[in-house]
Amino acid sequence: MFKQHVKSLLLLELLKGLRLTGRYLFAKKFTVQYPEEKTPMSPRFRGQHALRRYDNGEERCIACKLCEAVCPALAITIEAAERADGTRRTTRYDIDLYKCIFCGFCEEACPVDAIVETRHFEYHGEQAGDLLMTKEKLLALGDKLSDEISRDRASDAPYR
Amino acid sequence: MARIEIDGKTYEVEAGKTLIEITDAHGIEIPRFCYHKKLSVAASCRMCLVDVANAPKPLPACATPVWDGMKIQTRSPRAINAQKAVMEFLLINHPLDCPICDQGGECELQDVAVAYGKDRTRFIEEKRIVIDKNIGALISTAFTRCIHCTRCVRFGEEIAGVKELGATQRGDHMRIDTYMTDTVNSELSGNVIDLCPVGALTAKPSRFAARPWELHTAHGIAPHDAFGSHLEFHIRRNQVMRVVPRENVALNEVWLSDRDRFSYQGLYAQDRLTAPMIKKDGQWQTVDWESALLFAAEGLKKIPAKQLGGLASATATVEELYLLQKLLRGLGSNNIDHRLQQVDFSEKTTKAPFLNQRPADLAQADVVLLVCANLRKQQPLLNHRLRQAVLHNHAEVIRINVYDYPQNFPVSHNLTVAPHQLVATLAGIAKALDEAQPAFKNIEISEQQRAIAACLQKNNKKIKVLLGEAADNLPQLASIRTLTALIAKLTFATFSETGRYANSAGAILAGALPQQTLAGQAISGETGLNAQQMLSQSLQAYVLLGFEPELDSIMGATALQTLQNAPFVVAINGFCTEAMQGYANVLLPMALFAETSGTYVNNSGDWQRFTAAVAPVGSARPAWKILRVLANLLDVHDFAYTASDEILNEVKMLCETSAQTVEDSTWVLSAPQALCYLTEPAIYAGDALVRRATALQATADAQACHGAHVNQRTADKLRLSAGQQVKLSQNGGSAILPLVIDAALADDCVLVYTGLAESAGLAHDVGTIDLTAA
Repeated sequence: MFKQHVKSLLLLELLKGLRLTGRYLFAKKFTVQYPEEKTPMSPRFRGQHALRRYDNGEERCIACKLCEAVCPALAITIEAAERADGTRRTTRYDIDLYKCIFCGFCEEACPVDAIVETRHFEYHGEQAGDLLMTKEKLLALGDKLSDEISRDRASDAPYR
Repeated sequence: MARIEIDGKTYEVEAGKTLIEITDAHGIEIPRFCYHKKLSVAASCRMCLVDVANAPKPLPACATPVWDGMKIQTRSPRAINAQKAVMEFLLINHPLDCPICDQGGECELQDVAVAYGKDRTRFIEEKRIVIDKNIGALISTAFTRCIHCTRCVRFGEEIAGVKELGATQRGDHMRIDTYMTDTVNSELSGNVIDLCPVGALTAKPSRFAARPWELHTAHGIAPHDAFGSHLEFHIRRNQVMRVVPRENVALNEVWLSDRDRFSYQGLYAQDRLTAPMIKKDGQWQTVDWESALLFAAEGLKKIPAKQLGGLASATATVEELYLLQKLLRGLGSNNIDHRLQQVDFSEKTTKAPFLNQRPADLAQADVVLLVCANLRKQQPLLNHRLRQAVLHNHAEVIRINVYDYPQNFPVSHNLTVAPHQLVATLAGIAKALDEAQPAFKNIEISEQQRAIAACLQKNNKKIKVLLGEAADNLPQLASIRTLTALIAKLTFATFSETGRYANSAGAILAGALPQQTLAGQAISGETGLNAQQMLSQSLQAYVLLGFEPELDSIMGATALQTLQNAPFVVAINGFCTEAMQGYANVLLPMALFAETSGTYVNNSGDWQRFTAAVAPVGSARPAWKILRVLANLLDVHDFAYTASDEILNEVKMLCETSAQTVEDSTWVLSAPQALCYLTEPAIYAGDALVRRATALQATADAQACHGAHVNQRTADKLRLSAGQQVKLSQNGGSAILPLVIDAALADDCVLVYTGLAESAGLAHDVGTIDLTAA
């Protein structure tokens, strides 16, 4: 009873709390100052999608439609046809980013590593339809980030 | 009966059956590639090996008959080992490229490999590669994927009756190839696509278009020949992606003709009519349904009833044809017809063409007389039944025809005569059967006619007399029908008529005829005009249902000219052509076969109902709805239908309660002609839908229909040579076509196919034709 009165008279509890505040006030900060600073990222990061090409410039996608079948959000729409050289190719490859849940199943399902999820996550749409990725947009992103994508796949290869 | 034990369970089974038939019947799964229930047993793939007690090695279930006391294990270690080993051998040369294979997802090899194969490969050597070959417009090949089950080879020999695909070389070098011809030309060729257990043979028109998991199925009835095959639509996003057969033991078994399989392409033709259109002040404008129907009703109201005509194609459903005739008769006109290919209208009553037997009964026949029938190309699956009768029952087939159609079974008597000799030939046979009849007094009997008559006069034999669809196009139709029926009567044979179109029988039952109404009931009062009269003397208004005059009518250019002269034409059609825009005033888009509900009556007498599988293209509507609303706007009574079933019930009720009285018809000998003009619809141009199926137009069968056909003797007589451009002229119509020498024709005959743009300029007057060098 007496002990408690002394504790409250001397504001011990308050000082204890202030000590913790003080420690963090002078300690090294771990807030990341985004966008100037960025967190480290795994090579398996699942950001915006891209379609890849082979080194000779040929698109990888063979229109097998496995990504479309596995997609749990039904975000992928593919139409396929025979190209002039007789190969099976997509005539339409749409990913609706409004629907996409970034589960990465499309990448897992792809037998030729054509559709990948990149580290790129800083994107936005200004008009309705901007986030509807078409084949051209996906291939363009793949071309832009091709080195990074290849590096990431290579670094993750031992664990696959 | 035998008592056998499979996987510890005892079954009472019929002795002598093969093991796989029994396991299939009891739902026990045994993997297989080469075995197919409708083909002979090859036992070459060894996938169906099972463990049989006391047998030194595993035995193939497809080639092992059961015996009493047999003990089988389908999943014992020995059976599993055998299955795994066979699977490993099959995958040595089969490429593992399922993602780019069109069969991926519906591949038997894929399924069996997952269920019975190993999950690792030990094969590191090089795989075999086979160079591909273009075998035609319908089948796409990837021979590297072939596992040599030989189903396609056996299909050609046993079902199609043409040896087009064969296995050449042996061992590792064995390959499937077309070894007689460059392409696969059979009218049943599409079935090898279904038979192929891997992706070696796939459908070319739908190549790479869809994966099986994207497709859902709906049932349908084939819209072309009168056989009425059952089929299945494979649909993706409200579009028919392909058509496959649906098993029906009584009709098409597991097969489907190429025409029924690939004609769906026509649904998505460039010239599909998608919105109602009206012609105002000479300008075509797209309008909404209400204005279009009001415009049509306004136009029709001004016309006196007797000046109103209705023409329909026999590919329309029973409901549509019934409503069309009800509408016209409600307005006071009996001018309605669907017999667009007919030239002889002398018969007073028209009977629906029925086989009067099941197709399976035809396969049991002993003697068959075929008159004017091109069964092989026009009704391939009925021909298949007949071929079974020849192969398995050693049936004798007698053919009398105006054209020696290629046949895929041996024929014991084959007579090809000019049309005017046909009546005399049939009369000769009839006289040989019954010399006492006074009507045959002046008929001479030839040796061959006597031989045919003797062939038909057999006791305790199943004799069938079959009148084919080619008779419709001949000016001697009535005489041919009378005499053929007489021969059937004299020989106590089953008399069959095949009909030509999917609803040839249904159109007659529905009453789309000028002289008789529903169920063959004669109309009271004056009969209307028939198709020929309506298309040669201009009426003031026409209602056309799915009818393209220049291509569908035997009168071609004359029909088109007549319609162009008509002041008001309402065309209910699935397509919009330039010609249509020339003569029509209103174009109403109708839903085609996969898009509408309705009923077809096939030549076996089945009323086959079907529902819509996909929504119609654009704002097209089922024709029965269009006719219903049009009738409402014209104040015709009793048109308050809300579903096509109500219409069908009305038709069926009347058909079941009334019997048709048939008047006796007579026959007359016909006078010979200098040059006899023959015509029939080309195999892939018989109706609006199939004409627009692009893949079918590229087949050898379609190509063979071009040009003016004469035999060598006739060509020599006219001093013409093969390939030369010739001018055909008759009754104001003319066409310039290349001359084709065709040994299958009789002397002094020229054959031109209808339904093709090149021959649309002919008037198709059966009387005369002139053939000169162009």
